[in-house]
Amino acid sequence: MSSGAAFVRARGEDRAALVGYLPAGFPSYDGCVAALRAMVAAGVDIVEVGLPYSDPVIDGPTIQAAADVALRNGTRTTDVLRTVEAVAATGAAVVVMTYWNPVLRYGPERFARDLRAAGGQGLITPDLIPEEAGEWLTASDDNGLDRIFLVAPSSGDGRIASTVAECRGWVYAASTMGVTGARDATSAVAPALVDRVRAATDLPVGVGLGVSNGAQAAEVAAYADGVIVGSAFVRRLLDADSEQAGATSVGELAGELAAGVRRQRSDRR
Amino acid sequence: MSVPDSAGRFGPYGGRYVPEALVAALDELTAAYEKAMTDEDFQGEFHRLLRDYAGRPSLLYDATRLSAEIGARVLLKREDLNHTGAHKINNVLGQALLTQRMGKSRVIAETGAGQHGVATATAAALFGLECVVYMGEVDTERQALNVARMRLLGATVVPVTSGSRTLKDAMNEAFRDWVTNVDDTHYVIGSVGGPHPFPVMVRDFASVIGVEAREQCLGLLGRLPDAVIACVGGGSNAMGIFHSFIADESVRLFGFEAGGEGVETGRHAATLTGGSPGVLHGARSYVLQDDDGQTLESHSISAGLDYPGVGPEHAWLHDTGRATYASVTDAEAMAAFELLCRTEGIIPAIETAHALAGAQRVASELGSDAVLLVNLSGRGDKDVATAGRWFGLLGEADAEGPGENLNPDA
Repeated sequence: MSSGAAFVRARGEDRAALVGYLPAGFPSYDGCVAALRAMVAAGVDIVEVGLPYSDPVIDGPTIQAAADVALRNGTRTTDVLRTVEAVAATGAAVVVMTYWNPVLRYGPERFARDLRAAGGQGLITPDLIPEEAGEWLTASDDNGLDRIFLVAPSSGDGRIASTVAECRGWVYAASTMGVTGARDATSAVAPALVDRVRAATDLPVGVGLGVSNGAQAAEVAAYADGVIVGSAFVRRLLDADSEQAGATSVGELAGELAAGVRRQRSDRR
Repeated sequence: MSVPDSAGRFGPYGGRYVPEALVAALDELTAAYEKAMTDEDFQGEFHRLLRDYAGRPSLLYDATRLSAEIGARVLLKREDLNHTGAHKINNVLGQALLTQRMGKSRVIAETGAGQHGVATATAAALFGLECVVYMGEVDTERQALNVARMRLLGATVVPVTSGSRTLKDAMNEAFRDWVTNVDDTHYVIGSVGGPHPFPVMVRDFASVIGVEAREQCLGLLGRLPDAVIACVGGGSNAMGIFHSFIADESVRLFGFEAGGEGVETGRHAATLTGGSPGVLHGARSYVLQDDDGQTLESHSISAGLDYPGVGPEHAWLHDTGRATYASVTDAEAMAAFELLCRTEGIIPAIETAHALAGAQRVASELGSDAVLLVNLSGRGDKDVATAGRWFGLLGEADAEGPGENLNPDA
């Protein structure tokens, strides 16, 4: 099944989908799985399991700190796949978000096979553009996995068209120029980017914009098909006194965000 | 086969493994660079700066006393005599001119030993550009003099405290800055790594080294040298001197990587010798990595070679066998450092000392009739404190013997 189905279901309920991210192995293997399950229970539609990487060049300090913890915990690529399996068992749609080198090292074909076997539905590749993705195009085709490439405000219309042509499932709009991280400001650029993507494809568009509360989620949900939240969840775990408290806090945030994506439908196009 | 292709691929290596947000800037840079390569105004201005500002052509020096010691004729290409004291200025002047032509007002750079940071800060001062240099915190400590130089030149030096706090982490931080500020900022990458067009562009700006050296050899000897020798970290000085000789099949090319405490100990920075193919910092090449593709920390007495990646063209030259790569340990490099000081009165950068140690090995392989062209890529003023500690020249309190690990991060 494609993770795009979660967007279709949300659209049927006249709301945006909610996408939640945590890196595997953070704060520990079990702590991550517990927090992701709490997300799903509170209304997250699609779970992004991050593969912690030593050189995360488009992540801000929050996700860097989490990846550092996960790697110091000894998190391996196989642990990421185990995390996918544990969360997919809840029935939620699960995709992996990863820098390319760990997949290249594991073997793209083998990774695709094992991700599929674990119940994963696709891959978000923040440093792999379609021009370099030959091996991944083949492996994802062979294993029926979604390919979620990114588009950015700096992408010209021609690039948006060629990128979305290689996407399957949905499109990830990285809607501010910069690294990941929660932001207070809202973006005027994001709605324009979503419009440009819609002009090129019927695929759903998820927006990552540093959303950290329900009001911001509602604002993004007014123009996007999905609201992607990462750093704000990581922050809840970094600030928690225990893993149990962290999972509870993550669940609370997910509940607030889930309510947010159900608001603000009036001006939805 | 001509490399790279239009996508910046050297066989399976190179390419662009970057966030989509940077692709437009890389396309803009590629267009500006390709135009500049054939633009007479640009080339005229670039070569005027190389001559009048950097002091080119650099000398080719027939190092007779060193030659007698190592048993082959050694010609030193004196990049240490350039303004700012290393080959780095060649590339930086080219990129600063491009920055100006692209209408950008701010440059950023990563630096390990500080030579590239100093060169970038120098060019920024010359061109009136705002300049921010990212430098691993460990390196700001072991190369404190260069930090002061960059600040004197008006640059902001940001110590990077993430990861291993060395060159690779400085590069991560520079990429994060670039993706945030790409509208007004050019990222002056200091070596032949990174996403296309950097590997080919930096090689082309540095290739003046080999163009001059080839002519100088023909003038001095009436023939080409038997071998061209350089140290390899990211690999810009090596590509700069190799490039003009690649088509000369009689000329052997040798690159020497930092072997640290020995490749077999795992504490080294010898990416081609001890690494494997992978992706790091925007290009596919060789990488020091574990079984999961996580980057391993490199180790070298030389901050400028202390990097777990290498430029993709070197990976290509390695795999095709056109160039030969081997590693030189800290101890071997420091012995060669001392040899050059004592025989020729030239204090080389510790990076460069790896090439000199390599030349000793090549001499014993090729014999006494061989002519070895060695790229003397930088001078050693910045390394006096490290060398002083290594050789125990700093008085009782600081005296430590050779062979001890003197990296402050160790």
